[in-house]
Order: sequence, then C-alpha cells, then structure tokens
Amino acid sequence: MKKNLFKLTAVSFAIAAIAMTSCKPKNAGSTISGDAGAKAYIAPGKYDEFYNFVSGGFSGQVSVYGLPSGRLFRVIPVFSVDPEKGWGYSEETKPMLNTSHGFVPWDDSHHTELSQTNGDVDGRWVFINANNTPRVARIDLSTFRTAEIIELPNSAGNHSSPFITENTDYVVAGTRFSVPPDNVNGDVAINTYKKNFKGTLSFISVDKTDGKMDIAFQIQCPGVNFDLSHAGKAKSNGWFFFSCYNTEQANTLLEVNASQKDKDFIMAVNWKKAEEYLKAGKGKKESVKYAHNTYSDKTHSATSEIKTSVTVLDSKELEGICYFMPCPKSPHGCDVDPTGEYIVGSGKLAALIPVFSFDKMVAAIEKKDFAGDYDGIPVLKYESVLYGEVKKPGLGPLHTEFDGKGNAYTSFFVSSEVVKWNIKDLKVLDRASTFYSVGHICVPGGDSRNPNAKYLIAYNKITKDRFLPTGPELAQSAQIFDISGDKMQLILDFPTIGEPHYAQAIAADKIKNNSLKIFKIDDNQNPYVSKGEGTAKVVRTGNRVDVYATAIRSHFAPDNIEGVRMGDEVYFHVTNLEQDWDVPHGFAIKGALNAELLIMPGETQTLKWTPDRVGIYPMYCTDFCSALHQEMQGYVRVSPAGSSVPLTFSTGKTAPIAEEASAK
Amino acid sequence: MIALIKKRRPLTLILQCKIKNTKPDMKISITTLLFSGILLFIVACGGNNPDASQSGTTNDAATTANGNPSYDPERGTGKFTEVEVGTTLDVTKATAGEQTFNVKCSACHKLTAEKLVGPGWSGVTSRHKAPWIMNFITNTDEMLNKDPKAQAQLEICLVRMPNQSLSDDDARNLFEFMRKNDGVK
Repeated sequence: MKKNLFKLTAVSFAIAAIAMTSCKPKNAGSTISGDAGAKAYIAPGKYDEFYNFVSGGFSGQVSVYGLPSGRLFRVIPVFSVDPEKGWGYSEETKPMLNTSHGFVPWDDSHHTELSQTNGDVDGRWVFINANNTPRVARIDLSTFRTAEIIELPNSAGNHSSPFITENTDYVVAGTRFSVPPDNVNGDVAINTYKKNFKGTLSFISVDKTDGKMDIAFQIQCPGVNFDLSHAGKAKSNGWFFFSCYNTEQANTLLEVNASQKDKDFIMAVNWKKAEEYLKAGKGKKESVKYAHNTYSDKTHSATSEIKTSVTVLDSKELEGICYFMPCPKSPHGCDVDPTGEYIVGSGKLAALIPVFSFDKMVAAIEKKDFAGDYDGIPVLKYESVLYGEVKKPGLGPLHTEFDGKGNAYTSFFVSSEVVKWNIKDLKVLDRASTFYSVGHICVPGGDSRNPNAKYLIAYNKITKDRFLPTGPELAQSAQIFDISGDKMQLILDFPTIGEPHYAQAIAADKIKNNSLKIFKIDDNQNPYVSKGEGTAKVVRTGNRVDVYATAIRSHFAPDNIEGVRMGDEVYFHVTNLEQDWDVPHGFAIKGALNAELLIMPGETQTLKWTPDRVGIYPMYCTDFCSALHQEMQGYVRVSPAGSSVPLTFSTGKTAPIAEEASAK
Repeated sequence: MIALIKKRRPLTLILQCKIKNTKPDMKISITTLLFSGILLFIVACGGNNPDASQSGTTNDAATTANGNPSYDPERGTGKFTEVEVGTTLDVTKATAGEQTFNVKCSACHKLTAEKLVGPGWSGVTSRHKAPWIMNFITNTDEMLNKDPKAQAQLEICLVRMPNQSLSDDDARNLFEFMRKNDGVK
C-alpha cells in the first residue's frame, strides 16, 4: 500500500514536472524561493501599501486589490449590471447604462487609467474603457463608484482607451474597428473597407475640479485598427502615440490578412496642434448620437442625456496633426518612458522591441524626412525616428512599464515571461517566467513620470494548473514580483475576476484618507427621500404606488402595507437613515423581477416591483445589520384589481384583539 | 474581535456561542441571540472602533470604566465636560434639535416613556446630566464600551445605538429638545 502510494506520488510528481516543462518557461524564477512569500504577507488588521485598480475584462467592471497581499477589496460595477449592488436594477442607476442603442447591461472593460497631476498619479479618479459599445467611464475614488459614463460616436471597439495626458486634460479613445462614420449611410459592402471605413480618435476633456467629461473633438484618420496608446510626458507632453495594426486594411481573416506587412505604424498625434485647429474653427460639426450619463451623490441618482453633435478634425486635410512611424509586426503596446523621450512599440509577432526617440521624431518632422504617405498622412522613415532595438528579448512583446530608474519591463505573451531591460543601452538585464502567457503588466505609477517601482504585477491570460481546478472555467491568474532589487522575485500568485487587461496601482496614502464613510442624510436631495421615519408614507397615483420607506437598525418604516392591487406598479424608495460607517441596509421583496437594493448610510435607492399574484409578500433587509437583523422585515398585502381594501401603511401597529377576531 | 462574556446577574444557563460567520465583516459589535424561554446567550464583541488614520483595527480588549476611580460616571467619556444650560428653554436650539430628532432619532426613540428600540425620552434629562447625554450621542461606541450606565441600558435594549454622526451643535440642540420634552419652558 505504502509502496503504491509512493509510486503514485512519484508518478504524479513526474507528470507535474512534465506539465511544468511543457508549459514553456523553464528557468529558476518558476518557484517561490526562501522567504519570498513573506514579502506578500500582510498581517491581520494591517493595511496594504498600494491600491491596485484592475480592469475586469469581460466582466465589464473594475476590481480593487491590495498590494502586495493580492486581497480583493471590492468589485466596482461599471459597465455591467450587478444585482448584488442593485447597479443597473435600481431606478436611480438604470440611466448609467443607457446608450444610443438603449439600455446595455454588459460590456468588456480593458484598461484602467488613474488621473494625473503634473505626470503623477493623484488618486482622484480612475478611468476605464468599454470595448464593445464604445464608452469611457470615470470612477470617483472618494466613493469608489462610477460617477460618469460617456459614449463615443464614430467608434467601434473602444480599445485604444482611456489613456490620459499628464494633467488629465484629455482622456483618449481610439477606435479598434474602423467603420463608416455615423453620419453617412453605413449600408455599404464590407469589402469596401478601403474606401468607406474610417478610424476615429476621440479626445475627451476632463474638468479640472469636478472631473466632468465632454468630447472636445475627434480626429478622423485612415481606416486601420487603433490598438493601444499613451500620452507623451514632460518634453513630449502635447503628443499622443497610438499603435496601429491592419494597415493592410483587411476586412476578413485578419489573423492572416492583417499580418502581411513587415511594418505597421505607431501614429504620433500632435494634440496641441489639433487644439489650435479647433480654436481656428477648422473642425466640422457632425450630426451623431451618443449618451452622456452622470451620477449625482446629492440626488443619489443618474441622469442620461443624448447628445447629437460632435466636432471632427480631418487628419488628411489639416496638416501637422498626425504622423506615422513604421513599427514592426502588428504593434500592440505603445508606451512612453518617464522622461518622455522614448516610445516603446511592441510588435505582437516581433522578436525585437523597437524604441523610438521623441527628439529624433521632432527633428525628422521638421526636416520633412518622410518615406512617403499613407492615405494622406506623412510616413516617417523607420531609421530616422528609431533610437534602437532591443535584440532577442523574447517572443511576442506586448506591453512595457517603467521603474523610473532607467529600466523598462516588457511582457512577452508567446515566451511567457517578463523581461527587464535598460532603456539607454537596450541590454536585457533580467527575465522572469510567468504562469502562463502574460498580457498586461503593472508597476505602481508605471506609465507616469514618477513610478513607485516596488512591485510588478503580471496579469496572465492562461491559468491551467496554477490553482485548484474548478472545472473547465478558471480564474485568471495574476502574479506579483518584487522588483526592488536587481532581480525580479516572484512573491505571490492570486486569482482575479473577469479577465484583467491593463491595471494601475497607487500608494494607498493618496486615496485612503479621502475615502467617504457615509452620505450625509441632510444633503440627500433624492426626490423620494424620507428624512426621518415621520415622513415615511405610501402614495397612490393611478396604478402607481410610491412607498417612501426608511431603514434603520433594525426595522423598515412602513413595514406593513395594505391596499396594493393587481395591476399596480410599486416603487419602493428606501432611505437608509444610518449615519455610521459600514452600515448598509439591503432591501428585497419576493417575486421581484430585478434585484435587491443595497443602500448606503444616508442614501435613497428605488426598486420597482410589479406583483404578479394576489397574496402576502414578505420584504426584508438582506445586509446583516445588527443583532436583530433577522427581525428587519415586513409584509405587503396584494389584493385583486378593483379591490376595496384601502391603502394603509404602518410600523409597530398591531391589531386590537377584537379587531383581529373580526378582521379575517 | 474579542468576545467578552458579560455576567451581570445569574442566568439559568450561559453559553459561549460561536456565531456562524455568515458575514465576516459583521456590522455590529454586539450579537445577541435570544431563545425564548430557555436560554439567554449574550456574546458581546467589544473594542471595535477602527480608526481610519491607523492601519487596521486594534485587537485590544475594551477596558471598562468599572473600578477606575478617575472615571466620572456623571460625565461619561467624550469631548463634553461642562455644558452651559440656561434656566429657561432656548427655543432656537430646541427647534433645531427637534428637526434632527425627526431625521436621525425618531425611528428608535419615542418622546414618551415607552421603549421602542431604544428607551423613551421622557425624563431623560433628569436621569442623566447634559455632558453624559451629549457624550453618549456623539461618542456612542466608546461610551457603550466603557460607561457603566450606558452598558446597563444596553442590557435592557440589547441593541447598540448607532452612531448617527451628530455634530457638536446637533448634540447640544438635541439636549435642548430633550429639555423641552421634559417640560422646561
């Protein structure tokens, strides 16, 4: 028996060993060594050093982790409904998911970007893109809630987004799919791509004080796929860089047809020049349709406005806005180092990393040192703008982050590793395997002027055997490396939600002290607020019944409602009267076809409920609020249509004994 | 959290009960289970007052004021020591206090002597001094953890009063409204 067990163990070890080696990377970095794990240990009750804002991928949300512990603190609902929090289900939040197509309950969110002041992450807001139905959202980091969502016209597949300038002047959004512009007849043959399809870059302005977004202008570009982007910084502030692929302009089987050319492009955009043209009135107003949704922490509700006009600048007609820099093999990542001088392009199919020089680019533009043009846009010569190439760094470079000490870290999907290299001499310094097939990477402040380079997190695309198996579908794995020394050291694996793409991290001190604890009940301007139990009431208007309810530990007022009839639409407007941190109340009623409400202290939220049968319906608090949480409940009586049962409501009123006997 | 088992009077049976952790970040510091007729369990989790400026929650057990000679049970613990109270009612303050009462207090307190969730307010200004009341309503958690009179009341109500985030002025105004309710003209 023991022998068999031994054999079995040996065999499974052998299998594991084979499995490990067959899954690419093989070097020493594959195991946690010595006390590495202790570096990720945060003792109970102690705080993490960094917040990590991680895009939710196909979950459409943003998740918030602590670093270095990898603990999940919160999932912020953004583009997808979240029944747990009532997001997209409560009457107050439904308008946030409105688009020109109507209510869209899901999206695919790829890149988080923290707001910056003077090139430094400032902890005010985090932006995130919606890929599928093109939108950009702004999350307020005092509430950790989505404050605003703006839709993008003339766009399809908002991938190249939401990257920002160093003072958060603009958030950009480059369309992944080129499409016919919204204001022309889009009923064209798909194979007329070259003639009819255009690529659009949107520049969304951000108000310095309240963060309000507005599409300042769009730049119409040749039809290609815009993939990723980053703003220039310091000396290159005023420029934006976008990676472009499918310069073949293929409309089918892009896997093959968009991989024909040896080089695609990084597009350099002089947005200060674009601003000048805009001021000079060179933009054209185009008739379009897009939604702009904002959430107010005063009214605790969202409004959705459909806007109908956008100003477009034509990159072909307006000289000096756009230039193409040739970049090998379907570039993906497009990253600018902290000094603003070096622009790193990463060709998905390349076996080298080209590094472009901003100074050389400016000089080449001045000399008009062009190789020709592409669809009317000047193409610079590769050699005239290239600083140098990192030779044989790995296979399939994707994304680069920086440590502010002259080094860059690039992820390699195909060879499944992160490679550290020196920007000046372009020499590889270190490499660490990831498990498996890393996509984006994150260094705190890693795309800003001042990285805080203690950790690097790799967001892997393939999980396989890293965690206990959970059937065919697995959590995506992320890995934290300590990068404070010369060598990268793996200290932790952690599972994530959705499929994270880009993520950003920031020192906890820049956020935690501004974190809101409660909403002040006195400031609540929701039209259906009940400020105090004495104002709780039920009002009938035709077949609409409005319940103005309050919740406080541990009862609802009213908690007995009679006189609701079949055919009524009931709106429960529940105000949480608590004024203490971490005391939400929930609200649920049997048979509701939407979700629960989760109401923070001082907030009012509304659940619509249409009873489908006669009877008694229980309602209760879903969020464990006190010792008597289980007592926090009530009843609604639903009578047949036309019933003469009067509309009554009460709390704490019990029927007198005589009445009880006769009230059957 | 440290669980303090409180024995104030002999009970038929006291059991330490491990509450099933349906929600690890339980919102309330005291959890009581009452099984009618047979058992009375009281499991109190004290000293849970996280300070946002510090990292994390401290695990120190709450020290009660019992047996501490320097503790003034007439004043309680909090920022109020002396409160200037007029011989007649300050109507402005009382009116402002009534508004706050309607929003933040009335869900649990009646103006009569009847106990709802918390005690009725009738006579409260003769039961407690002004600083004690104002400390209790602004520094609720610490008072419930330390003050003997507050703890005695908790054993009757079995619900920790929520901190309703009252300002100093709110507290003073509410005290004036309590005086009005107790018949001060």
